[in-house]
Amino acid sequence: MAGAHSAPADIARADDVTRLSAADIAAHLADGTVSSVDVARAHLDRIAAVDGTADAGVHAFLHVDEAGALDQARRADEARAAGEELHALAGVPIAVKDVMVTRGVPTTAGSEMLRGWVPPYDATIVARLRAAGLVMLGKTNMDEFAMGSSTEHSAYGPTRNPWDLSRIPGGSGGGSAAALAAYEAPLATGTDTGGSIRQPASVTGTVGVKPTYGAVSRYGLVALASSLDQGGPCARDVLDTALLHEVMAGHDPLDSTSLDVPVPGVVAAARRGADGDLTGVRVGVVTEMGGDGYQPGVRARFTEALAHLEAAGAEVVEVSLPSVEHALAAYYLILPAEASSNLARFDGMRYGLRVVPEPGATAEQVMGATRAAGFGDEVKRRIILGTYALSTGYYDAYYGSAQKVRTLVQRDFAAAFEQVDVLVSPTCPTTAFALGDKLDDPLAMYLNDVATIPANLAGIPGMSLPVGLAEEDGLPVGLQVLAPAMADDRLYRVGAALEARLVHEWGGPLHERIPELSPNPTTNGGPR
Amino acid sequence: MPSITLEEVAHLSRLARIDMSPDELERLTGELDVIVDAVASVSSVIAQAEAGGEPVPATSHPIPLTNVVREDVPTPSLSAQDALAAAPAAEDGRFLVPRILEED
Repeated sequence: MAGAHSAPADIARADDVTRLSAADIAAHLADGTVSSVDVARAHLDRIAAVDGTADAGVHAFLHVDEAGALDQARRADEARAAGEELHALAGVPIAVKDVMVTRGVPTTAGSEMLRGWVPPYDATIVARLRAAGLVMLGKTNMDEFAMGSSTEHSAYGPTRNPWDLSRIPGGSGGGSAAALAAYEAPLATGTDTGGSIRQPASVTGTVGVKPTYGAVSRYGLVALASSLDQGGPCARDVLDTALLHEVMAGHDPLDSTSLDVPVPGVVAAARRGADGDLTGVRVGVVTEMGGDGYQPGVRARFTEALAHLEAAGAEVVEVSLPSVEHALAAYYLILPAEASSNLARFDGMRYGLRVVPEPGATAEQVMGATRAAGFGDEVKRRIILGTYALSTGYYDAYYGSAQKVRTLVQRDFAAAFEQVDVLVSPTCPTTAFALGDKLDDPLAMYLNDVATIPANLAGIPGMSLPVGLAEEDGLPVGLQVLAPAMADDRLYRVGAALEARLVHEWGGPLHERIPELSPNPTTNGGPR
Repeated sequence: MPSITLEEVAHLSRLARIDMSPDELERLTGELDVIVDAVASVSSVIAQAEAGGEPVPATSHPIPLTNVVREDVPTPSLSAQDALAAAPAAEDGRFLVPRILEED
């Protein structure tokens, strides 16, 4: 049972329930201290108080399903009262990234193309959450079709970082990460194609995991780049992330790329790691993911984290992965190529937006007008780039070479994992940048993902967890842990051990230092 | 590598079925030029890696699986009504789409 190993934190005031971890909420639900309806209500109230609108507040949610959440919570309470055997997380609230289709609940993927679309089925991830009895609070904001690192490319307005509302919450899953940091939800889902779970986790001081490619079903995820996309868990601490990972992962016959292998024991690994002992674990520091171009405060916190790993008994060595220097270039050919193909489905014929430019327009004219109106600038940019990379005359030089670079990256990781058990790096070169800062410079935006992209190319799992605040701006810094494919449990053991030591040093989790958000926001405020 | 031209981008936008204004094409041409310049290095990286005569195989999928098939048994699927519920236009249980041919 979740939380069975430690006494859950007290609930002094009713609103405190939003500060609890999912494991603690689960323990309170199990012992009857609170009801699932109480917990759902508290989170819905919190969302109503701080989420605001596209113009002010956190704006983590695109859609809040109050009636649905309360109904699911009521059913969880009834099942518990009837003595039914429940999943450990039954009755615990969760926020779902709007890239996952939800039957009867609007799904937009952050795009004008899907405004008001109500899917007729559930993604496998969503079906698993429902089957486990989790309570879906709503759908979280994201960069349009998951293309971006700031959530500014959402057609519905940006999400703002709870640490500083003038800053980006990362992307594409900025809504999920911000919902966690704003105490609007204890758990959230994400998808990670080049860092869209890990980078938002890093800049919001939360935890996020991109599982091994194929470990979590892609069925019902609005596809960006099918050979890179991976759904995964987001939470405020490592154990909660592991608990959610176990709900989401597992073979799915509806996804032909789904791995038919047992789910690694991630919860057991997180519990084991929490004792803070990493004796005998070999940790490699990736030479190419750090140094010049990384913010001083990021480097300082990262170096301190390495000392903690050593103090925990880990053997820390430097490892070189020369080809990861070329990963970003390969990624920005492979991703647009796959995206240009995947997004061809948005043609105004079967669902979503249809724009008829003039009476009697042909299907082809309708497609051209629909896609012009329905896609934002970044999506158009990547579709055109992908179409270019795949066109005759350039295919071999660009797309073909990028796929070969992918092989080199995989080989480098394989060689590294012969020497070490896990690899570590800063998750991002910088802390959260200011909203608007990189909006006009696509390439600068892309560079933010330089350390997260290699894992997607190689299909290996990765975690980001908070390791402190940067001196110069007081904003969270994330550390990335990478493990070999299907060894996701190693992320959790190392992450939990590092977290335990840091939380002990800090005298409490980092998220307790998030400034109190003002209720009913009407203006953004400036930098704090 | 040749730098990307406005005519090329206009052609690509037609291939991708995205109508673009002249201003949009011009802006995108400039942006793509910068991006293509930054990613074109993959070509020389591979030329160098293959200089010894050993070709580098391409990776299209990070964890290769082969012949993923299912039992050939019918399973429940979306009803026609559900499938058509979000259609921009439907008629007689089918999607209603604009005409395909140009002439009238």
